[in-house]
Amino acid sequence: MRPRWRAHPVLCLRAERVSAMETGFVEIRNLHKHFGEVRAVDGVDLSIKEGELLVLLGPSGCGKTTLMRMIAGLEVPTAGQILIGGEEVDEDVPPRARGVAMVFQSYALYPHKTAYDNIAFPLQAAGMAPAAIRGRVQGAAKRFSIGHLLGRRPRQLSGGERQRVALSRAVVRDPKVFLFDEPLSNLDAQLRAIARYELKELQRELGTTTVYVTHDQVEAMGLGDRIAVMNQGKVRQVGTPQHVYDHPADTFVATFLGSPPMNLLEQDAHTILGFRPESFVPRQDIPAGTDAAVFQFKVRQVEYLGADRLIYGAVDTPHRAGQTVIADLPVTITTPVAEGRAYEFAVPRRALRHFDAATGLARDRGAA
Amino acid sequence: MALPREARRPFSTSVAPLRRRTLADREDWLGRLMLAPALVYVVALVGVPFALALALAFSSARSGSLEFSWVGLRNFWTILPDPQFHRALWNTLRFTLVSQALVIVLAVTAAHVLSAAFVGRRLVRFLLLLPWAAPVALAAIGWTWIFDSTFSVINWTMLWLGLTKRWLYWFGEPQLATAAIIIVHVWRMFPFATVITLAGMSAIPQEISEAAVIDGAGFWRRFFQVNLPLLLPIITVAVLFGVVFTSTDLSVVYLLTRGGPYNSTHVLSSLAFQRGIFGGDLGQGAAVALFLLPVLVVVAILMLRTARRAEVGA
Amino acid sequence: MRPRRLVRYAKRVVLYLVALAFTAFAVFPFYWMLLTAFKANRDLYVGGTVLTHVPWIFNAPPTLEHIELLFRQTLYLTWVRNTIWIGLVVVAITLVLAVPAGYALARLTGRWGERLGIGVFLTYLVPPTLLFLPFSRMIAWLGLQNSQWALVLVYPTFTVPFCTWLMMGFFRSIPRDIEEQAMIDGYSRFTVIRKVVLPLGISGVLTATIFAFTLVLQDFVYALTFISAVPRMTVSLGVPVALVRGDVFYWGSLMAACLITSIPIAVVYNLFIDRFIQGLTAGAVKG
Ligand SMILES: Nc1ncnc2c1ncn2[C@@H]1O[C@H](COP(=O)(O)OP(=O)(O)O)[C@@H](O)[C@H]1O
Ligand SMILES: [Mg+2]
Repeated sequence: MRPRWRAHPVLCLRAERVSAMETGFVEIRNLHKHFGEVRAVDGVDLSIKEGELLVLLGPSGCGKTTLMRMIAGLEVPTAGQILIGGEEVDEDVPPRARGVAMVFQSYALYPHKTAYDNIAFPLQAAGMAPAAIRGRVQGAAKRFSIGHLLGRRPRQLSGGERQRVALSRAVVRDPKVFLFDEPLSNLDAQLRAIARYELKELQRELGTTTVYVTHDQVEAMGLGDRIAVMNQGKVRQVGTPQHVYDHPADTFVATFLGSPPMNLLEQDAHTILGFRPESFVPRQDIPAGTDAAVFQFKVRQVEYLGADRLIYGAVDTPHRAGQTVIADLPVTITTPVAEGRAYEFAVPRRALRHFDAATGLARDRGAA
Repeated sequence: MALPREARRPFSTSVAPLRRRTLADREDWLGRLMLAPALVYVVALVGVPFALALALAFSSARSGSLEFSWVGLRNFWTILPDPQFHRALWNTLRFTLVSQALVIVLAVTAAHVLSAAFVGRRLVRFLLLLPWAAPVALAAIGWTWIFDSTFSVINWTMLWLGLTKRWLYWFGEPQLATAAIIIVHVWRMFPFATVITLAGMSAIPQEISEAAVIDGAGFWRRFFQVNLPLLLPIITVAVLFGVVFTSTDLSVVYLLTRGGPYNSTHVLSSLAFQRGIFGGDLGQGAAVALFLLPVLVVVAILMLRTARRAEVGA
Repeated sequence: MRPRRLVRYAKRVVLYLVALAFTAFAVFPFYWMLLTAFKANRDLYVGGTVLTHVPWIFNAPPTLEHIELLFRQTLYLTWVRNTIWIGLVVVAITLVLAVPAGYALARLTGRWGERLGIGVFLTYLVPPTLLFLPFSRMIAWLGLQNSQWALVLVYPTFTVPFCTWLMMGFFRSIPRDIEEQAMIDGYSRFTVIRKVVLPLGISGVLTATIFAFTLVLQDFVYALTFISAVPRMTVSLGVPVALVRGDVFYWGSLMAACLITSIPIAVVYNLFIDRFIQGLTAGAVKG
């Protein structure tokens, strides 16, 4: 089974708590980081609002980690500015003074310290009194139900427990910003789903501004208040999961999000037509009167996946024949589809997206 | 599930951390500062003497006085035609090459034998490491006693086994003295090479060897076409170390033969010591020692190339 | 079925015999030292041509005579003391110089640090044989002839490059993440080194200590060049050079001294050899 994404009812309903005028709590302006020839981060502008969870999503190697490390102060930008809470943090503000907490993919627990000492370490750095440290560490440990593990060293903890210790350590000092770099990728699939839920809950409860890096779109869609999709060092689009999914800013975003990805058809020399597989259904299954584009769909292969059917085939446009398209039919659509035959399939016009063939950019951007 | 109230309160810190970066944050300066003392020491006490070694070779410096004057190539004109110098140069090469060739063969064999699952492997490894761990001068004096002209236990054993009919004066005949020196060098270096090769073998993924077995490769094919090429970098490192230690060693020759009999076993280092310290002619001694330099340069280059290849392969 | 098992059995036997041969070659000088150290003189000094007298075993009851002589009537213990204090001072100097340098090369100096690290390692290959003559000149300038301080000054020339390289390997094997985490947790790079890196690198520091000490113990050339007063000698020099009365070698005591000095070092070596190889190759092959 490949990972699937389907529109998430809760996310669709959530109110936008964002006003366009507000400036971000973390502001990133024209940020660059070059390693010799490699432009790991290549001119990023990003505004992360106070209290929001922003997911940086992109394929591996696109510069997510580098961007996050610059926010943390671990990497010095080649050019550009970063502001946290309205203050510029440049080379002169070291990581320790930025008030950020980070959870590494490896969790980076101190192997020679017990879980307790791991969590207490940032508090000791701040010069807190031992009694106060004790209270806070125990509070955080209770929050993550690891109170009974505080005497153990990282070596003696399971993957899930380590992740909780790392989270406790990040939370305990009440940072201004959380930075998470693929914190769930070391967990097995089952644990990951639970951890994702808990993480979201935690972030909502604390209301701490959070940047979350992942290459997993399911994680991004499920977690993010907003998603910033990155590719090759650039941010391609920022928006709510629903918006990014429904109105991809370019063909990269269109195909990176969604599984299977958005179908792209070369309509003519200038235009690429895009539509989601789940919008591509047999003509008779579209409510009568809906304005829809109709295609002759030559079915090559049908996959039954329990909850739905994936149908692989080809359609022709006047510009080019035999372009591969995938349809994703939920069980509620029972119209029989057989391999090797052609059917009339249709896409509601409001589900059609138009991209410029030369630049890949969306034509109908913002039109909802 | 919420954090306890007091835990949510912002910090009441007694020592507020400095907001701006200090020297302790600056990796560039910290790096330089931490490196500087060692660098200064090495430059002052390896770099300067190294330069001085070059300078001395072109001077008439003598031990016991601090005067210094340039004499150009005179020291070289003195030693280049000197048969004793030729002998020392040739011996250095001979001892090094022969002993290291033997070391390779012994070490690779020993490592293969030892890597086979084995009872008492830890004990064997400990025993194998003895020769390398023991201070070389003490080991050399031990061998002097083993090769003793009257009480040699080797001679007794060989006579008893009928391997020889006559008494062998190990330090009395040039060939035997040469053999003795090479034996000691091999004895000293092969355990080190073995242990390093063993470490290298344990790093070879088991699957590669197994794949070769499945492919039907026999032991020798497997050994020459799979194991040996994979082990080559680490064996090279071991041998290069061995070359440096052996070619520059003074103690074995000095304690076993003192260059004798008839100055037939001098190496560059012992000749340099004799001319420079006993003879008091620092200039000439330095000129002799300088001939070790090409060996070291070659070794250094090979080391770098091996390291680079390992780096690329890794 | 039968013959195949037999072949396997034979292979096994050959394997053990070969291993035994190697071990015997490595160990027999020490065995010979052991015998010599405890043999009575009448058992010891029997000409090698007397085939009826087997030298490989005790033909007369063992004796402590030679050991007593070594400890009571020679300067052996003085040399041991000299070696220990010189070794400790050298180790201290080495650690102070090599540990920070190793860290700087591993983490703080980037690309040129890597080159410099290789340079430092190459200086380890510059042998005493090339340097003892200029050193004798420099030591004379400094007025340190026949002084143990000459050794204290000179020994770090090989312990520092070696241990710097070793420490570099160890520090590289510590995950970067952990140090960066500590920096985010509120510490400066320097404090991170103190509070996180050193505790994690402690086994590396210990290894460096052991090997610096044994390198000191191994030296013969410098001691021979700089020290002529017998009471100031180190073990490695005193035993082979000064444990002689006139022309007479006291082989029993001599071998006892060799053995007593070598075995502890070998034991310690053995304990640390894995870490040593790990550090050495981590430096060479990059972790
Ligand atoms: N320290 C570095 N030196 C050289 N190149 C680097 C370094 N760090 C990252 N890169 C390069 O920058 C690009 C982005 O890396 P990264 O930010 O780790 O991507 P991501 O986290 O999205 O997978 C990659 O091509 C990577 O090879
Ligand atoms: Mg990454």
